Amino acid sequence: MTLPSQATTPEAGSGPSPAAVAGAGGSPMVGRSPAQLMWRRFRRDRTGVTSAFIVAFYFLVAILAPVISMVYGKDPYTTYGQNQPGLLNDYGYPILPNGGVSGDFWFGLEPGLGRDVFMQLVYGIRTSLSIAIVVTIITTVIGVVMGIWSGYVGGKTDYVIGRIIDTLLAFPSQLFLIVFLPVVEAAVVSPEEETPVWLRYVSICVVLTVLGWATISRLLRAQVLSLREREFIEAAKVTGASPFRIIFKELLPNLWTPIIIQSTLALPLYVGAEAGLGFLGVGMTEPTPDWGRMFLVGSNVYHQDITYLIFPGVSMVIFVVAFNLLGDSLRDAFDPKTRR
Amino acid sequence: MTESLLELSGLTKYFPVMGGLVFKRQVGRVHAVDGVDLTVGAGEALGLVGESGCGKSTTGRLVARLLEPSGGTIRYNGQDISHASRRELKPIRSEIQMIFQDPYSSLNPRHTVGTIISGPMEVNGIQPPGGRQKRVRELLETVGLNPEHYNRFPHEFSGGQRQRIGVARALALEPKLIVADEPVSALDVSIQAQVVNLLQQLQRDLGIAFLFIAHDLAVVRHVSQRVAVMYLGKIVEVGDRQSIYERPRHPYTHALLSAVPEVELPEDGVGTERIRLAGDVPSPIDPPSGCRFRTRCWKAQDKCAAEEPPLIQITGNHEGHLTACHFPEEPTVHGDQEIVLDPALA
Ligand SMILES: Nc1ncnc2c1ncn2[C@@H]1O[C@H](COP(=O)(O)OP(=O)(O)OP(=O)(O)O)[C@@H](O)[C@H]1O
Ligand code: SF4
Ligand SMILES: [Mg+2]
Repeated sequence: MTLPSQATTPEAGSGPSPAAVAGAGGSPMVGRSPAQLMWRRFRRDRTGVTSAFIVAFYFLVAILAPVISMVYGKDPYTTYGQNQPGLLNDYGYPILPNGGVSGDFWFGLEPGLGRDVFMQLVYGIRTSLSIAIVVTIITTVIGVVMGIWSGYVGGKTDYVIGRIIDTLLAFPSQLFLIVFLPVVEAAVVSPEEETPVWLRYVSICVVLTVLGWATISRLLRAQVLSLREREFIEAAKVTGASPFRIIFKELLPNLWTPIIIQSTLALPLYVGAEAGLGFLGVGMTEPTPDWGRMFLVGSNVYHQDITYLIFPGVSMVIFVVAFNLLGDSLRDAFDPKTRR
Repeated sequence: MTESLLELSGLTKYFPVMGGLVFKRQVGRVHAVDGVDLTVGAGEALGLVGESGCGKSTTGRLVARLLEPSGGTIRYNGQDISHASRRELKPIRSEIQMIFQDPYSSLNPRHTVGTIISGPMEVNGIQPPGGRQKRVRELLETVGLNPEHYNRFPHEFSGGQRQRIGVARALALEPKLIVADEPVSALDVSIQAQVVNLLQQLQRDLGIAFLFIAHDLAVVRHVSQRVAVMYLGKIVEVGDRQSIYERPRHPYTHALLSAVPEVELPEDGVGTERIRLAGDVPSPIDPPSGCRFRTRCWKAQDKCAAEEPPLIQITGNHEGHLTACHFPEEPTVHGDQEIVLDPALA
């Protein structure tokens, strides 16, 4: 390091003009941002990359479900087993071994109704994953807003939000879900009418969101509290920066890491919660295909037909494990100091 | 002394102390700053020195209006800014800037150097001729950094370089007063001098007034024209550099000076005094009555507990050299005085 030179460089003398340098994106003087460093670290993590691919595969399946259905030539609603003779026996179980797995029905047939298991699973993943994504996005947004608000403003606001979070976190959430889903619906639909599908979808999202935002909010509040004390926040205040600017320009860039990590870890939890609801019979209702409800059906038939349970089970295990490994890898890449 | 740019009078800042098992309530208050009178002239560098916890940072943050004073006034250029709102402060913000102690937490890790330094200009809507980027490069050059580094991130720099970035940010608004809160105490000793030299040079070349906070007298020695010594929220002695370093009167100043490593040996052969203070600074929650230094002062008498010594010019002191002590020391730093009050060192 040198002592300050007496401005030996005349304006136009040495060094390229500002415009020239700004244009030279790949110049060696461009530093690596923390985000770029994370990305490099992440790419070197084989487990992380593999699980990212697996996770991406599930997302693709969910998004492309109609295309898959078209190519495969079947849909999740038709009761093939009942329509075509020779597929199900008198008791409603597939005649072919292994749950009726064949070239026509890749994952076999559903006992009883005789629907195609592969299509059920693909569309079930689509339903469950979309609920989980919606809930993750909304909880993250609410959690971030509440967390920053409570951490940055402090005082009474913080106290009130803090107590609400305490209450929510202390709730036995599965129980709450089971009890409140019917309540939410009863508030909108009269008992005689049939509950529309979208309403069930919305109420699952609402209840999961109400129970879910507290975790991320608490975490972000703690982050904001520690960031608030950092001197760069004061430096911004000294220059006259508005609270708005401080939150968006100074705090938020430092919060992306916990936000991304938290939502990555939260998403499989919501998939699990949604599946749990389906299993308990309060999730998405027939005929909407649902990943979780397949477990309910499977648990009723597994004595005779264990194959049916294997497909949703194995796919769910792979999904949750891959997603959690991805979350851990992201955490390692973002936060190299806190290696587990 | 030049016409004063900053004037603090009777400035106080109390922090509430909360206690109670179930319901938090105020059980006391920290007298962080307790009646400080100070002036800083335009273009002048004032050193503010004192032990840890005596309220230096709080004073600095009051001046930069990061905190609102509990009492007293802060006048900048004759204007009372003690309780000015963010909007009212807007025009003054650009004139009072701050350099922070910790070069690692004072720069946002997610911003490039260019963003960090141009931030203040953006906030204040300043469009320098030739654009902000050009100005950033000029500033980087001024503080002795490579102007091509504006696209780099803070983590790519050393502590000393980061502190220079902080200085460049403070300079971006062409301030008239910079509060430097222990700008070098987090740095390596070898780099400290470089940064101090840089600040000194800026002060001279750009005519910026400095409130230079440090916890020992060695650091501010060459930077400040005047020095104020602070103890437990109060100024105990203030004067021009020569008065403080060569003719100190307050026992606390003597103690601080004896802790400064001597570079040149005194010619007359008389050694410098050695004073070791006992224990810690008393709690600012419940400061001692009368003179706050009396619990650690070797000259303390009954009067010291009963009466608070006023900050006045003692006979024999130079103009503007004020001391708050009933029984001041001889105006010299030499002598065979060896006072070891710390039982652990005796
Ligand atoms: N926000 C705050 N809330 C409560 N007490 C505070 C706060 N800020 C400072 N204090 C207290 O005020 C006193 C003075 O603190 P200050 O930071 O001004 O000291 P300092 O002289 O800068 O010390 P150092 O050399 O350690 O930086 C200390 O006792 C400190 O604990
Ligand atoms: S007033 Fe008394 S206690 Fe205080 S410094 Fe002077 S002699 Fe010491
Ligand atoms: Mg301090």
